[in-house]
Amino acid sequence: MDEKRKRLTISRRDFLKGGAIGTAALSSGLLLRSGVEAQSAPPGAKISRITLKINGAAHTLEADNRWTLLYILRDQLGLTGAKQGCDGGQCGACTVLIDGKPLYACMVLGIAAPGKEILTIEGLAKGEELHPVQQAFVEEMGYQCAFCTPGMILSAKGLLDRNPKPSETDIRQGLAGNLCRCAAYPKIIRAVTAAAKRIAS
Amino acid sequence: MEGFVYSQPGTLREAFSLLTNKKGKLVAGGTDLLGEIQDGIIAPGLLVSLERIQGLKTMREEKNGLRIGALVTLAELESDKIVAEHYPLLAAAAGEVATPQLRAQATIGGNLCQRPRCWYYRGDFNCLKKGGAVCYAEDGENQYHAILGGGPCHIVHPSDMAVALLAMGASARVVGPRGEKTVPLEKFFVLPQVDVKRETILAPGEILVEIRVPKPLPEARWVFRKMRERGAWDFALVSVAAYAVTKDKVIQEARIVLGGVAPIPWRAVRAEQALKGKTLTGPVMRLAGEATVTDARPLSQNEYKIRLARNLVRQVLATLA
Ligand SMILES: Cc1cc2nc3c(=O)[nH]c(=O)nc-3n(C[C@H](O)[C@H](O)[C@H](O)COP(=O)(O)OP(=O)(O)OC[C@H]3O[C@@H](n4cnc5c(N)ncnc54)[C@H](O)[C@@H]3O)c2cc1C
Ligand code: SF4
Ligand code: FES
Ligand code: FES
Repeated sequence: MDEKRKRLTISRRDFLKGGAIGTAALSSGLLLRSGVEAQSAPPGAKISRITLKINGAAHTLEADNRWTLLYILRDQLGLTGAKQGCDGGQCGACTVLIDGKPLYACMVLGIAAPGKEILTIEGLAKGEELHPVQQAFVEEMGYQCAFCTPGMILSAKGLLDRNPKPSETDIRQGLAGNLCRCAAYPKIIRAVTAAAKRIAS
Repeated sequence: MEGFVYSQPGTLREAFSLLTNKKGKLVAGGTDLLGEIQDGIIAPGLLVSLERIQGLKTMREEKNGLRIGALVTLAELESDKIVAEHYPLLAAAAGEVATPQLRAQATIGGNLCQRPRCWYYRGDFNCLKKGGAVCYAEDGENQYHAILGGGPCHIVHPSDMAVALLAMGASARVVGPRGEKTVPLEKFFVLPQVDVKRETILAPGEILVEIRVPKPLPEARWVFRKMRERGAWDFALVSVAAYAVTKDKVIQEARIVLGGVAPIPWRAVRAEQALKGKTLTGPVMRLAGEATVTDARPLSQNEYKIRLARNLVRQVLATLA
């Protein structure tokens, strides 16, 4: 019994400790996360020269194989439209379109992305002219703080490209991988509905 | 961790050599593997991507059933016309996995080979599964752990696809440096009492290349149901896939498989026995529900799963009746 209790308390305490240790380990760079100080040449780093096609333009860079696409976009190329929320495939703030499909940039290695068409929120408007989904988000105020908005818009574009006339259920399911901490969901859904109409007309 | 080399071999033969000689780690969609690296559970020096290997991305229907290449994504399974028409159980399960973004990237092979979600395993604990001496879940936070088949490790298998595929009687084609084999999916998963460090029969260097799903009988019916804690994406608390062949309302054959309750997708053999030769009346369904959990042994915080499993089986059978 004593032994049992000891294990229980150990496990609870270590559990909390585990969180802190995890973060410390990360800043020494397992997979490089956005916001983490770039270590230009950490010991043992494997570097590859890669060319990524982003918003129609080719970007060539010397990349650490551990860099995620999100890290490259934000910290190497200054494309900060894709947001870093969880950095673990759980929130959708980093959503970009890869070969037309909404994917989490934090779950894609940069080294696996050459040869693919990457579209970020920065590449969606045509010059000064907003994409219909962007326009609809503005008009319907499909956001509150707007942290989730780039990801929402790209998920919505991916959905509407596949399914131009989505029902409300289709929209909810299509955006199920994007969380909004402000819970602006009703307006987001209205914006996507409006965007579908806008594109159809 | 030192960085890793990333290789994209074009053939299985090259992949075997990288996996066995250089101790590479296989990566398909990467949605599970990247998480494992990020959380510091593994620190591979070499990643071997399956992406450029020919033939792993195809799915086709033949006379006896469906052949799904290991790299077919869950999004493809969810939206494929043939799957929707003849194998809707698979489409239903695929649609319940994670989120649209993850389904577009996650492969069927990776889904079956994904590692467990036990928070001690994912956290900084050197538990049994990682070669340590104790299972922290046993006396710790175990509300999401196994009620059946557990010990010495009590994970639940996280895959929704495994549950559906097992109910369909699928098998797995595995290729390794020394040849290939096709095993029923039931034999593909391994209980911790057999080997606590892995969840499948795959030896280092072996690759799951294809899933085969037999064509269901015309009179077969099926249901997939997944219970989770919240409305948005989540792993199953308990899921049930049922496949039944009936003749004049009498059950000829039934396969009932549960997710979220055991370290492997759990075939409820006792429930199946309780159903065979019976018609689906209220008492029969209740009996099958009870039979599902007869052998259950809950941990300190997960007794609720017993009721959940029992009632979910009843509910699923009611929709089949
Ligand atoms: C936020 C989140 C929510 C999730 N929710 C669910 C859920 O509700 N239901 C569910 O079922 N899953 C869920 N998952 C898990 C997800 O489905 C898996 O991560 C995914 O299916 C893995 O596929 P992948 O192709 O990305 O595999 P990878 O990450 O590339 O590989 C996973 C593992 O399998 C091995 N592997 C991959 N392919 C093969 C092969 N062909 N042969 C041998 N070994 C192989 C790899 O070495 C690795 O160890 C969730 C994941 C996340 C991040
Ligand atoms: S359930 Fe398994 S993975 Fe989780 S702590 Fe116990 S031994 Fe480790
Ligand atoms: S930052 Fe990529 S999913 Fe949250
Ligand atoms: S608007 Fe603030 S997170 Fe969505």
